[in-house]
Amino acid sequence: MGRDRGGIVGWGLARLIGAGMNFRQINGRAALADDLLRLGLHDLHVALGGKMVPFAGYEMPVQYPAGVMKEHLHTRTAAGLFDVSHMGQVILRPKASYEAVALAFEALMPVDVLGLAQGRQRYGMFTNETGGILDDLMFANRGDHIFVVVNAACKTADIAHMTAHLSAVAEVVAVTDRGLLALQGPQAEAALARLVSGVAAMRFMDVAVLPWGGVDLWISRSGYTGEDGFEISVPNAQAEALARALLDQPEVMPIGLGARDSLRLEAGLCLYGHDIDTTTSPVEAGLVWAIQKARKAGGARAGGFPGAERILHELAHGPARLRVGLRPEGRAPMREHTDLYAADATPVGQVTSGGFGPSQEAPIAMGYVATAYAATGTRLEGEVRGKRLPLTVADMPFQPTTYKR
Amino acid sequence: MKYTKEHEWLRVEGDLVVVGITEHAATALGDVVFVELPEVETVVAEGDEVCVIESVKAASDILAPVDGEIVAVNEKLVDNPSLVNEDPLGAAWFFKMKIDDLSVLDELMDEDEYNDLIG
Repeated sequence: MGRDRGGIVGWGLARLIGAGMNFRQINGRAALADDLLRLGLHDLHVALGGKMVPFAGYEMPVQYPAGVMKEHLHTRTAAGLFDVSHMGQVILRPKASYEAVALAFEALMPVDVLGLAQGRQRYGMFTNETGGILDDLMFANRGDHIFVVVNAACKTADIAHMTAHLSAVAEVVAVTDRGLLALQGPQAEAALARLVSGVAAMRFMDVAVLPWGGVDLWISRSGYTGEDGFEISVPNAQAEALARALLDQPEVMPIGLGARDSLRLEAGLCLYGHDIDTTTSPVEAGLVWAIQKARKAGGARAGGFPGAERILHELAHGPARLRVGLRPEGRAPMREHTDLYAADATPVGQVTSGGFGPSQEAPIAMGYVATAYAATGTRLEGEVRGKRLPLTVADMPFQPTTYKR
Repeated sequence: MKYTKEHEWLRVEGDLVVVGITEHAATALGDVVFVELPEVETVVAEGDEVCVIESVKAASDILAPVDGEIVAVNEKLVDNPSLVNEDPLGAAWFFKMKIDDLSVLDELMDEDEYNDLIG
């Protein structure tokens, strides 16, 4: 799950140009270096020339010397290595039965947990009582327990949420002794297969425990770039060695959070805190694909999750607004918070993520618009620096995905 | 060549001043993907936002370094924003200004002073 990114890009630059070029910080927030935590690969990032910026309370690399554009394009054509160790890894270990934990976990999400087969991973989201989204996440059925990966910025709240609601049936264990790497791109399989046998046989959203260098890697065939690839949980003590071994592969280069953001935007994937939050429902967010039949009206375990009333109502009758893809017609990127208007100047919504898509070679964005304006091809205007510029509602993903299904 | 604290360079060309951004600024910005130029014949005051420059990472403004009138803009940047990264000190000039008194440039930094600033 790539999530967590959008905001940081302005800071790197403001920090870079200490003397203060007039950078308009995009979603920027000041953070004191003293408050920031460092993760296991910090020294490696610095050695690789990474520009370290504050992100979700951690110092993380926003880019390496190659720059966002090259890093992005390399991931789409070869393989990129991302450090996502700031994300939360959590184990839900049953006190009695797996089924009891699956059912309790289901009570927090409009998602079918019980029906997820062993060795498989699924996307989900915690909802609140008003049908908004507390966080989005990945969870996997690992036979005798559930493994969950949540966003860095939300992980403390998520762990408290799970502890409060699952403790009767599960031990909620924050995994703090492991880092998380993502290897993404069409050559990710070839690079990883040279180090770890068994990965080539995995399909999209499979999970497996595979040995490397005397330790167990927890691998999923997934990611958040729209490309085929893997996420690899590795013990902290071996994380740098694994990262170096992957970087030694000819296909692989290190990729910062800047390119992770442009990659996920091209893939049409939501960034928590920007494209989805406590006010947006999964239906408005276009995440209906993540709500399986079992949890919808008429399903085996319909409803029974926080905000079910709103979410089931929106599933039946349609939401008032929808997250859509947006293609500005000119070259000017339309960033987050750009106001959107219909041709007759009616305000219809706002951009939630936007920028330049390096593989699209054009500005792209996503945002929420009133449902009447959400049809693909609808022409709208976005206000950029006081000027109304044309854009068109577009299908997502902007960039075709290449998952190995 | 003269420099401003806003990371612009100024070069005198006859009775005009040519303005661009420094290599340091271009590197810091990263890959430039969009440039918006001012209208020719705009009269500007020092500190006015006259250009918009956006990279994949961020948006920023270029400020008028001195009072004057914009007399020419580099349209090539609109079609090929990456020129800013390729040749920031040469082909990627942004605009030319007519100013009343070239002596105001004496107040700006020379190359050594600018290098000290970016240290």
